[in-house]
Amino acid sequence: MNHEESMRQLLKQAVRPVKANAEPESDLWPAVLRRMDEHAAADIAAGSGWAWFDGALLVGLVVLGVSFPATIPLLLYYL
Amino acid sequence: MSYSSHVLNRVPDLDADCAQFRHGDVDAFESLFRLHQRAVYGWILRIVRNPTTAEELTVETFWRIYRARARFDAAREFAPWARRIARRVALDWLRAQRPQTELNDELLSTLPAEVAADPAVTAEIRFKTAQAFSRLPYKLRTAALLSVVEGQSHKEVAEALGISTAAVKLRVFRALRLLRKDLGRQGITP
Repeated sequence: MNHEESMRQLLKQAVRPVKANAEPESDLWPAVLRRMDEHAAADIAAGSGWAWFDGALLVGLVVLGVSFPATIPLLLYYL
Repeated sequence: MSYSSHVLNRVPDLDADCAQFRHGDVDAFESLFRLHQRAVYGWILRIVRNPTTAEELTVETFWRIYRARARFDAAREFAPWARRIARRVALDWLRAQRPQTELNDELLSTLPAEVAADPAVTAEIRFKTAQAFSRLPYKLRTAALLSVVEGQSHKEVAEALGISTAAVKLRVFRALRLLRKDLGRQGITP
């Protein structure tokens, strides 16, 4: 028996194979549904909040208005 | 979100289920889940070797399957597509694990309970072999597990891992060589 074959035999004796009919201990469908619900709720929460970009834009406009009041009519014109 | 669960009482229509699943129909998804749950769990278990982890990763796999439903081609078979996703989930998990350095309950659970076929191979040698095996890089270990321990053909392992048969042969060869070196350092020469 060569080295590779002897290692194969030893490995087979050291680690057992998974049973052919292995199946989960419980029904996993409720867990899948929970996962779907969690992510649906997270998506809704994320969609309702302000994006950071919106906040940054607002801050920029306020700073611009305070620093250069003359730009306010121009900004209002383009709104 | 509410779901109707009358799927168990209806005759599955695989083609229709695949088409409806693609459009987000949860009943069709449940039907596909019931049909493939066991196979997906089995694929993952053969890679991660832990029933609890395999259950968690099966749930993760089906969640990713649902999220990716728009990319599913209903003209093709569902099982190979699901298998690719399951493989990615299982290998991602293995990659994130630290290599085993000590014999723990998880590792002990992979050891055969019955007496080894060769009486010269003592329980200690089997323990040390399993320990050394768990220290191998996960890519080599997975290929050797499926090929040597599970007895799958090189072609089957290649399909399961998404690599060529030549790569499977190389990984198994390298796994056995590294295992032999590790055991040699411990004074075990098979």
